Amino acid sequence: MDTTRYIAKHVVNLPRSGIRDFFEIVSKMKDVISLGIGEPDFDTPWHIREAAIYALEKGKTHYTSNLGLIELRRAINRYVEKNFNVSYRPEDEILVTVGVSEAIDLAARALINPGDKVMFHQPCYVSYHPSITLTHGVAIPVPTYAKDNFALTAEALIAAWQPGCKMLMLNLPCNPTGGTCNRAQLEAIAKFVIEKDLLVLSDEIYSELTFEGEHVSIASFPGMKERTIFLHGFSKAFAMTGWRIGYACGPATLIEAMMKVHQYSMMCASIISQEGAIEALQRGEDGMKSMREQYHRRRDFIVRRLNEIGLKCHMPRGSFYAFPSVAITGMNEKDFALGLLNAEKVAMVPGTAFGANGAGFCRACFATGYDQLIEASDRIERYVQGIAAKK
Amino acid sequence: MDFSRRFAKLRPVMSPLIKLLLEGGKLSTAQMAQVLNLSEADVNRQLEQLRADRVLLGWRPVLNLVDEETGIVRAVIEVRITPERGGGFNRLADRISRFDEVESCYLMSGGYDLLVFVSGSSLQKVAAFVSEKLSTIEGVLSTATHFLLRSYKEQGFLLDLPAEDNNRLKVAP
Repeated sequence: MDTTRYIAKHVVNLPRSGIRDFFEIVSKMKDVISLGIGEPDFDTPWHIREAAIYALEKGKTHYTSNLGLIELRRAINRYVEKNFNVSYRPEDEILVTVGVSEAIDLAARALINPGDKVMFHQPCYVSYHPSITLTHGVAIPVPTYAKDNFALTAEALIAAWQPGCKMLMLNLPCNPTGGTCNRAQLEAIAKFVIEKDLLVLSDEIYSELTFEGEHVSIASFPGMKERTIFLHGFSKAFAMTGWRIGYACGPATLIEAMMKVHQYSMMCASIISQEGAIEALQRGEDGMKSMREQYHRRRDFIVRRLNEIGLKCHMPRGSFYAFPSVAITGMNEKDFALGLLNAEKVAMVPGTAFGANGAGFCRACFATGYDQLIEASDRIERYVQGIAAKK
Repeated sequence: MDFSRRFAKLRPVMSPLIKLLLEGGKLSTAQMAQVLNLSEADVNRQLEQLRADRVLLGWRPVLNLVDEETGIVRAVIEVRITPERGGGFNRLADRISRFDEVESCYLMSGGYDLLVFVSGSSLQKVAAFVSEKLSTIEGVLSTATHFLLRSYKEQGFLLDLPAEDNNRLKVAP
């Protein structure tokens, strides 16, 4: 019996994740050094894990409020106010979600009507485009370029805008490019957003991993809090990827709309993850800073090595990704990545897994040990030299 | 500092590599290979095996961090815990050991069960760790915290006293 005929058309047309395809190949190989895993190599700090164990011992196993534990929402408000200069009411402006991934899905389902146009900068994390098309919206990609260190510019937004655009999805610092925007650039984006009366969905999951200067949230600019849904979580800063816990902050009416979808699909985030999240916000700063220092050192090393090898790479100001160009090899990004994998057993993700603007680039995640980074860079160098020798 | 003297009687079957490591000199694997008349690959293999056997746990320098400069506060805590059927003290000891604040954790004979060495960036932080994290664990019966006032010797290294000049003659019959 052919069951594929039951699949909804818009799901049939949804492309498979380029990352998933690449890693199905990698998973069949042995002894691969993977620079493709987009999560911290650190385990969650023990005090956070222990807080969750303690919560289980105390019998905390029941549903929470749909919005999340009020203690967690209060802790989130304090944290966001201190670090992002925006304050949200715990009672009705904060929603605890099952990872930022769920928050993106909720925002899309609650706010996008069929035919609404949604802008997003590219290359970008794999979920933004599908979240728009799954809700029958129209995805409007906005290119970012190496010449700007992959910052999103107001000029690019103006060029890409069309009548019918309703929302702009932002991810700064950006996965996969490590691109960020400084205050002046964000001010220009905010001005554009206000002029065009757009909503902003701002995914700031990598914000703690900003290595130079300050991270500024677009929500903190005048006139922006009322039109921004601020998304954040615990996966990257506190190494809590598997806990699936995040949050959305925004105007009460929009949070209420998202909560309506959330309450029917998810009920609430795991209480154990919420308890761990409280501990992370209350006592996790030292551990987070220690991890950030290590990512910083690793970043400096790998970007220097990639440039020494000839794979031109800008210095990412945030996230734990380097995004080198493979142009020097004359190969496209897929052939380069597959060739590197087969010849030297190093995995980097082809840039086109993150959108058409990723052509000619590969993503290298430096959330891995120094010995792995050193060995990987030596192998990449060998591979690139081998290509040059054949020319 | 020659640690090998301290351990010579304890582990007569220790490998030459472990004895060389215990001597405390900072040798590269290439240098160790030369001293032991082994190939560097053999030295690396033995080191890997020691790591796999959890004999070699890691490398860390022994630093004399003066408290008033760094602000680091250290304490030793006597912890009484309830042993568990089938596991003794192990589960609780493991749980306590995993906190970043805990430098070392030992099961002791005598009037208490665990001796826990902790450090923190202030007295208040150490006290908060004891009262909020350690004491609240199910199975912890009591804690007695003693704050370190001064170090005289740190893991075999004397502090404060000047290094002795060994006054060896350059040539001797």
